[in-house]
Amino acid sequence: MRDTGPVADDTLAQAGCCPTGLAARLAADRMGAAGAARWVRPATQDAVALDLMAPGINCAACMSAIETGVSNLPGVVSARVNLSMRRVRVLFDPARVTADAILTRMAALGYEARPFDARAMAEIDRDAVGRDLLARLGVAGFAMMNVMLLSVAVWSGAEAATRDMMHWISGLIALPAIAFAGVPFFRSALGALRGGRVNMDVPISLAVVLAVGVSVYETAHSGEHAYFDAGISLVFFLLIGRYLDHRTRAVARSAAAELTALSARAATVIGPDGSRAPVAIEDLATGALVEVLPGERIPADGRIEWGASDLDRSMVTGETTPEPVAPGAAVHAGMLNLSGPLHLRVGATGEATLLAEIARMIEAAERGKTRYDRWADKASRQYVWGVHVMSCAAFGGWMWATGGDVYRSVMIAAAVLIITCPCALGLAVPAVHAVAGGRLFRRGIFLKDGAVLERLAEVRMVVFDKTGTLTEGRPALVAAPAAGDPVWPLAAALAGASRHPLAQALAEAARARGIVPAALDAVTEVPGAGVEGRLGAMRLRLGRADWVGAAGGDATAVWGRAGDGAPTAFAFEDRLREDAAQTVAWLKARGLRVALFSGDAEGPVARAAAAAGIADARARMTPAAKLAALEALARDGVKVLMVGDGINDAPSLAAAHASMSPVAASDVSRAAAGLVFTGQRLGPVRFAIETARAARARAVENFAFSALYNVVAVPVALFGFVTPLIAALSMSGSSIVVTLNALRIRRGEG
Amino acid sequence: MTILGLLIPVSLLLGGIGLAAFLWSLRSNQYDDLEGDAARILFDEADRPRD
Repeated sequence: MRDTGPVADDTLAQAGCCPTGLAARLAADRMGAAGAARWVRPATQDAVALDLMAPGINCAACMSAIETGVSNLPGVVSARVNLSMRRVRVLFDPARVTADAILTRMAALGYEARPFDARAMAEIDRDAVGRDLLARLGVAGFAMMNVMLLSVAVWSGAEAATRDMMHWISGLIALPAIAFAGVPFFRSALGALRGGRVNMDVPISLAVVLAVGVSVYETAHSGEHAYFDAGISLVFFLLIGRYLDHRTRAVARSAAAELTALSARAATVIGPDGSRAPVAIEDLATGALVEVLPGERIPADGRIEWGASDLDRSMVTGETTPEPVAPGAAVHAGMLNLSGPLHLRVGATGEATLLAEIARMIEAAERGKTRYDRWADKASRQYVWGVHVMSCAAFGGWMWATGGDVYRSVMIAAAVLIITCPCALGLAVPAVHAVAGGRLFRRGIFLKDGAVLERLAEVRMVVFDKTGTLTEGRPALVAAPAAGDPVWPLAAALAGASRHPLAQALAEAARARGIVPAALDAVTEVPGAGVEGRLGAMRLRLGRADWVGAAGGDATAVWGRAGDGAPTAFAFEDRLREDAAQTVAWLKARGLRVALFSGDAEGPVARAAAAAGIADARARMTPAAKLAALEALARDGVKVLMVGDGINDAPSLAAAHASMSPVAASDVSRAAAGLVFTGQRLGPVRFAIETARAARARAVENFAFSALYNVVAVPVALFGFVTPLIAALSMSGSSIVVTLNALRIRRGEG
Repeated sequence: MTILGLLIPVSLLLGGIGLAAFLWSLRSNQYDDLEGDAARILFDEADRPRD
């Protein structure tokens, strides 16, 4: 049971409050031109509203930093943080401040913020079902307290007329309260019975109705035992379980919906008259002409009509080396345009598009996967039958033993139903899932449904993708001339003029080395080649090897050359995520197999695998090859957690037993993955596995406790020793025990 | 025991007030951001709810 040690300091530090230093800089890097104006909607007469999702918010200090920081912008009317949902709503005057300025301010404060469509979320946010359950819970709680107060008087020895009066008042409170608060159970039980099935709500409803019916009969005949208190507290505790279950699902659903709301993007369509208009990507028609500026992703598969540039294919194929493109080239959705503007004819590729192919593979993978049966559901189905058989046996046995005393036999059967109280059972799993889900959410890990936790606890192998998953997906300088070399100020000046990721990484590396860029006379960017500058009569070039006039090697590199001097190489490599090696070591220490499946070339894959400490690394894998490898593992009975971000990983994410994606992943991958994590580190993989295992351990303990409780309580009830006092005590006692046990998952949190 | 005739209605009334207050708070969106409201009491400024 003790497989979940306290969370190590390094992961705690990551969750620590308020991004500073590196995190803030990374957040600022990622923002860039966002076109956030699309998400603004009218709110009041002279202000508009912008809803932002900011997963980095996690403490009171963050709230006040954001609210003051954003409100200080001139033109902002108000900024309100919702800490539970990790969202910010900003009201502002569109005439005085732009949505992009607000995003820039958020980035400057150190929070990665993404706008989303609040209207799409409204239905989920209103949460009518949750409120309805809470209202019923309130009524049940009120009635239970009052009935219990009256019951205490009865238990302490009220007699005759006083006891009858107490019973009558209890009944008057309990009956309407149960009629209102018990509706969710009655409805679901009726639905199940109509369909010829039996679910948990059948014995619950039966127990409540029998308890109340027997009690009314008792009260009317001045009897000694009335179970109004047991009936109403049964409803109260079960409603708590029902509400927790609903919350877990609602949070998961809203995470899924938020991710969908995030992925809605627009493309710029060029009209026949040369006009530019934004069109939602889903509405792009085949044959439309689309403009793709440097820094934007290709919105749909198609063919280049005009322009020259380099494309970063890492999201699509996993390859890290940019590919130069010219008119006529076929390109795929998801590739990133690096250096020059392009005009794209949508869908002109003719043959099946890549995305359609991927979608087909995802569908096939999901169909091939057997429907997962949650073991909690399996256990409760067995339980339901056991309860019914037992109370029928009790009724029959007592009828036989007492020679046909119906009243006595019904009393005993009711007591059996009440005491076997699925209370503990109804709370056992929902409470565990609610606590585990909340713990993951606070760490910026979004769960898309409850079964994912159970699947995650069972994995025996973890398969990583390389680019963007094991690595940061951003190039970092690995080999360059020494900082004093005269080529540096020139290279820094040229690199600073380009938006190409290699140039930006070079400029950043120069800043880090304290190099002041030289003042050049002229700088022009040559799309698909590099940057050219002039200093006096000397021509300076920074770019592709063949363009600069150097012999290029296998590594990703930028070459610089001043005049006719010898070219200098700046070599780059996609750096591993900061804690990748640590996470892999932890996984291996826990006996999990670790593998790396990448679409990139052998060289970079082998280097990344060696650095991360992964022995089983496979390179040049197509999406189909990854899928086939996972299916082969599944046939051998190995349950795999797939962690990936690219479009090429999506089918494997759908096929794996459990799957995770970083939030910066492609839309299809985020949709296919069961868990989505935020942040720049790989620690969430470890944290999610730890939490899932802890949740599983707690759920098993809760079931074991419920079983033990029944072993003790059922004989007592069968032999007719259960009084209303014993029923009330055992029911509340067992419910509290399972809830406290569920809360143990949070151990180690501040 | 006649005091019960007074005490029971009083206890029901008090409980009823509590229930009414709960239902009112539920309807007026006070359960939308429990974590945030818990943190907000720590702020020096903004001592009254906005919106």
